[in-house]
Amino acid sequence: MQRILIPILLAGSAAAGAATPQQLMQDYTEQAVRQAPGYQPSARRGAELYSRRFAVSEKMPACTACHTDAPAQAGRHVVTGKAIKPLAPRAEAARFTDPAKTEKWFRRNCTEVLGRECSAAEKADFILFLTEGL
Amino acid sequence: MNPAKRSLLLLAALALPAWADRLPIPADAPPAFQTECGGCHLPFPPALLTAPDWKRVMGKLDKHYGDNASLDEKTRRELEDFLVRNASTRSRMAGEGDPPRLTASAWFRREHRKVPQALWRDARVNSASNCSACHSRAGQGSYRGREIALPELRDKH
Repeated sequence: MQRILIPILLAGSAAAGAATPQQLMQDYTEQAVRQAPGYQPSARRGAELYSRRFAVSEKMPACTACHTDAPAQAGRHVVTGKAIKPLAPRAEAARFTDPAKTEKWFRRNCTEVLGRECSAAEKADFILFLTEGL
Repeated sequence: MNPAKRSLLLLAALALPAWADRLPIPADAPPAFQTECGGCHLPFPPALLTAPDWKRVMGKLDKHYGDNASLDEKTRRELEDFLVRNASTRSRMAGEGDPPRLTASAWFRREHRKVPQALWRDARVNSASNCSACHSRAGQGSYRGREIALPELRDKH
């Protein structure tokens, strides 16, 4: 019984927007494993994704354009100048706790910076890096 | 006219109450106004553009001043309706450009005519759409001259 109940409770809390970064990373990991069996999230790949210069967008060539080289620091929107709270959950506890919000920003910012949507594997790597660092 | 009298007159002219010291967010704003529009910039007061302007802005969110700000249709419609409901009817508020910019209306330009050109490009400001760089309480809908954050601008208001 307990084995059935716990996933239901977890899914319920995730739907209400009160997940943890670990839960989100786990969800993305499960998706990634379905696409590529044996996949394991990697903070190193996440860090590489975070700092890689894609140069698809002139003003936003990389994540770091707005979020700075250090994701635990506050950033700044490179076009509008608006202050951006740190992306790393260790510095800003609300980050990656709302699945819908997380999906929205991955979709929007991956399209902008990479020129395509990010894969589940990339998302899991990214969250792992931002949660635990290197 | 002696210099003291002249500076007093000048001061009086500069101290004339501006029309838009207070631009609070209308009470009928849907939550998405803060989370979506306010996600990348200050959620701009709807009264700073006209209804046709807002329709043009909201009609092409995939090309939003160089950024892709697409929304699902329900949210997009909800925000467009809110912006149009609270838009200005004054022609001085008509934005220029495609999509129209509220920082290019006749009203905006007149209100900011004393701001030196170089200051718009100052690292502290970055963009004319960065209201709160100078208007320290813009987030609360207040644009009073005495709240201006940059010391070199404060004596101009």
